[in-house]
Amino acid sequence: MEVFLQQLINGITLGSIYGLIAIGYTMVFGIIGMVNFAHGDVFMVSAFIALVAFLLIVSFLGISSIALALFLVLIVAMLFTSLVNWTIERLAYRPLRGSFRLAPLISAIGMSIFLSNFVQLTQGPRNKSIPPMVQGEFVLFTKNDYPVTLSHKQLIIWAVTAVLLACFWYLVTKTRLGRAQRACEQDQKMAALVGVDVDRTISMTFVIAAALAAVAGTMYLMYYGVVSFSDGFIPGVKAFTAAVLGGIGSLPGAVVGGILIGLIETMWSAYFSIDYKDVAAFSVLAITLIFLPQGLFGRPDVEKV
Amino acid sequence: MADDAPASRVDTVRALKDAATIALLAFGLFLPLVGFQTTTNVRNDLILTTRWPLLFAVVAVAGFGRLAYSLVVEPWLGQRTFRTPGPTPAWRLQVSKWFVPFAIGFVVAYPAIVVAASGFRGAVKWIDNFGIQILIYVMLGWGLNIVVGLAGLLDLGYVAFYAVGAYSYALLAKTFGFSFWILLPLAGTLASFWGILLGFPVLRLRGDYLAIVTLAFGEIIRIVLINWVDLTNGYAGITGIPRPTFFGIPFNADDDGFAAVFGLEFSPIYRTIFLYYLILALALLTAFVTIRLRRLPVGRAWEALREDEIACRSLGINTTNTKLTAFAMGAMFAGFAGSFFAARQGFISPDSFTFLESATILSIVVLGGMGSQIGVAIAAIVMIGGTEIMRELDFLKLIFGATFDPTQYRMLLFGLAMVLIMIWRPRGLIATRDPSVVLKERKVIGADLVKEGHG
Repeated sequence: MEVFLQQLINGITLGSIYGLIAIGYTMVFGIIGMVNFAHGDVFMVSAFIALVAFLLIVSFLGISSIALALFLVLIVAMLFTSLVNWTIERLAYRPLRGSFRLAPLISAIGMSIFLSNFVQLTQGPRNKSIPPMVQGEFVLFTKNDYPVTLSHKQLIIWAVTAVLLACFWYLVTKTRLGRAQRACEQDQKMAALVGVDVDRTISMTFVIAAALAAVAGTMYLMYYGVVSFSDGFIPGVKAFTAAVLGGIGSLPGAVVGGILIGLIETMWSAYFSIDYKDVAAFSVLAITLIFLPQGLFGRPDVEKV
Repeated sequence: MADDAPASRVDTVRALKDAATIALLAFGLFLPLVGFQTTTNVRNDLILTTRWPLLFAVVAVAGFGRLAYSLVVEPWLGQRTFRTPGPTPAWRLQVSKWFVPFAIGFVVAYPAIVVAASGFRGAVKWIDNFGIQILIYVMLGWGLNIVVGLAGLLDLGYVAFYAVGAYSYALLAKTFGFSFWILLPLAGTLASFWGILLGFPVLRLRGDYLAIVTLAFGEIIRIVLINWVDLTNGYAGITGIPRPTFFGIPFNADDDGFAAVFGLEFSPIYRTIFLYYLILALALLTAFVTIRLRRLPVGRAWEALREDEIACRSLGINTTNTKLTAFAMGAMFAGFAGSFFAARQGFISPDSFTFLESATILSIVVLGGMGSQIGVAIAAIVMIGGTEIMRELDFLKLIFGATFDPTQYRMLLFGLAMVLIMIWRPRGLIATRDPSVVLKERKVIGADLVKEGHG
C-alpha cells in the first residue's frame, strides 16, 4: 500500500511532464494532421535552454531566491523555445503543406536528427548535471518504516502544470486565437473564407506547443537535475503514446493519457522490471492503436469513400 | 529609365530590412545554445562560458546571406523564363536506355578500378567504406522499398528485421558452428517470420499510426537485445562472429587460406573484394526479385493496395495476405542484409540497430522516390556516400584549424539534407514511374498522378 502510494505520487509527477509534451503532439496533429516527430527534440532543446538560463541567472546575475530564479528560467525557456519552434514550422513544415502525406513526416524526422546533433555539437555529448535547485520533502505518513513522501520538487511540478494547463485551457476555449484554432482544426478552407488567418493560427499552434514543451523541459531539468542531447527521443515517443492513448486531437485526452503513461511506467518499474519500463510504454502504444484506435476521448475516424 | 533608380533604392531598403530581421531572428535562435556553452570546471561543477565571436559569425552569415539572396538571387530568379517542356530529346532517351547496364557494369568493375587507381593498400578503404557500406544501404533501401514503395505501408522499425538477421547469424554461427551459406537463408526466413509476427497486429493501422507502431516495435526489439544479457550479451555485443568463407576456403594467412590455395601473396583485400561481390550479388538479387514480383499477381496487389485500399478490398483482393507478404518479403531481405552485416563486421551490438538506422533507410527510400529502384540506389549513394566522404575532407582543417573534425557534422548535415530535399523535391529524386501493365503504348506516369503513402 505504501509503495503503491509513493509510486502514485511519482507517476503523477512524471505523467504531468509527459502530458505537457503530449499536448504539443495532439494540437499539431489536430490542426495539420501531422505527427510532429521533432517535438521530443524541441522538448530536449528547451531543457538545454533552461539549463543555460539557470546557470546564467544563478552564477552571472547572482539571484539567490529559488522561486524567482525558477520563474525567470521558465519564462526564458518558454520564449526561446517558442522562437525555435516557430522557425522550424516556417522553414521545414510550411513549404510542405499541401504536399503528399509522408513529406512533412520525413521533414520532421530530419529536423529531429538535426536538433539532437546540433545540441550535441554546440553543448558537447556529455550528460549535463546541475546541483539540485529545490530540496526538501513532506513526509505524508510512515508505515512499516517506509515513509511516503511528497518532495517540494514534485509539488512545484504539480502546481506549475496545473496553473499552466488552466491558462492554456482559457486560451483555447475563451479567446479569439483559440476559436480560430478550433475553426482551422475543423475546416481550414472554410476558416480562411470567414477571415481566419490560417498561416498565423498554425504558427501560433507551434508556438503554444513549444511553450508547453518548454515548461515540461524546465520541470524535467529541475526534477532529474541532468539532461543530455539524446533525451528527446524516448520522452517524445512516450508523450506521443500519451496523446494516442487519450485520443489524438483531444486536449484533455493528452493530459489524462500523459498521467496514465507516467503511472504505467512507474508502476511497471516498481512491481515488474525497471529494465523493461520502456517496453511497457511502447506496448501500451501498440495495444491502444490496435484495439482502441480513437483513444479514450477521441472521436472515431469515419472513413469516406 | 528615370523610374528605375528609386525603385531599386526602395528594394535595397527592403532588402536591408529583411536582412536585419533575419539577423535578429538568428541572434535569438542561436543566443542560448551557440552564444553560451556549458562546460565543467576542475571541480566538476557545470559553468557557462561565452562564445560571442562564434555567435556573431553565425548571425552575420545569416544576415548577409539574406541580403545576398534579396539583392542577387531573387532578381536572377525573377528574370528566368520558363521553357515549356518539349518532347524528350533523343540523347536523353539513349542515356536512360543505357544507364542501367552501364551502372551495373561500373559496380561490377569498381574493385578493379579502385585497385588500379590506388593500389592494394589504398583500395581496401574505398571498397569497404564506400562500396560495401553503400551497397548494404542500397540493399536495405530496396528491401524497404517493397514495404513502403510498392505496398505503401510506412515502416519506421525496419531495422528490427536487420537486427534479427544479424543476431540470428551471429548466435547460430557461434553456438552451432553452421556456415554462412546455411545461415544466410535461415536468417532471412527467421526475419520474415518476425515480419509476419509484427505484421499481424498492425494490419488495421494506416499511415502515420502504422509508422509509429512499427517504430515502437523496433525499439522493443532493441531494448530486448540490450536487456536479455544471457542470450545477447547486452550492450557489450557479440564478438568473434565467424567470417564467411569462399566455398569452404577461409580468408586467412594459413596454408589452407584463400591466398595460399590460389598461389597469391596474402592480403586482407581479397576478403574485402569477396564481401563486396557478395553484397553486390545480394543487392542485385533483391532488385531482381522485386522486378519479377511486380509482374506477379501479388506485386500487382501490393501496388493496388498502395493506391487505394478500399477499392482493393471491393475488388476481392485479400488485403491481409497482401500486407503480410509485403512485410515478410521486406523483412526477409533485411534479414539477408543483417546476416551479411554480422559476417562482415565480426562484431554486433544493439548500438548498430537504433532508430536512426530505420530513419536513414526510410529517408533513402523516400528521397529516392518511392517505388523507383534506380532512385533508391542514387539516394543511397548520395546520402551514405556523402556522409562517408565527410571523413575524407582533411583539407577543411586548413581552413577551420586543426581541431576541426568534419565527421562530427555528418549527422547534422544528414538531417538538414532530409529537410531540404523534401522541400525541393517532395516526391523524391525520381518521381516518375513505369507502369507494370502496358496497353498499346508505354507512357511514363507523372508524379502528380500517383498518390502513395495513404496505405
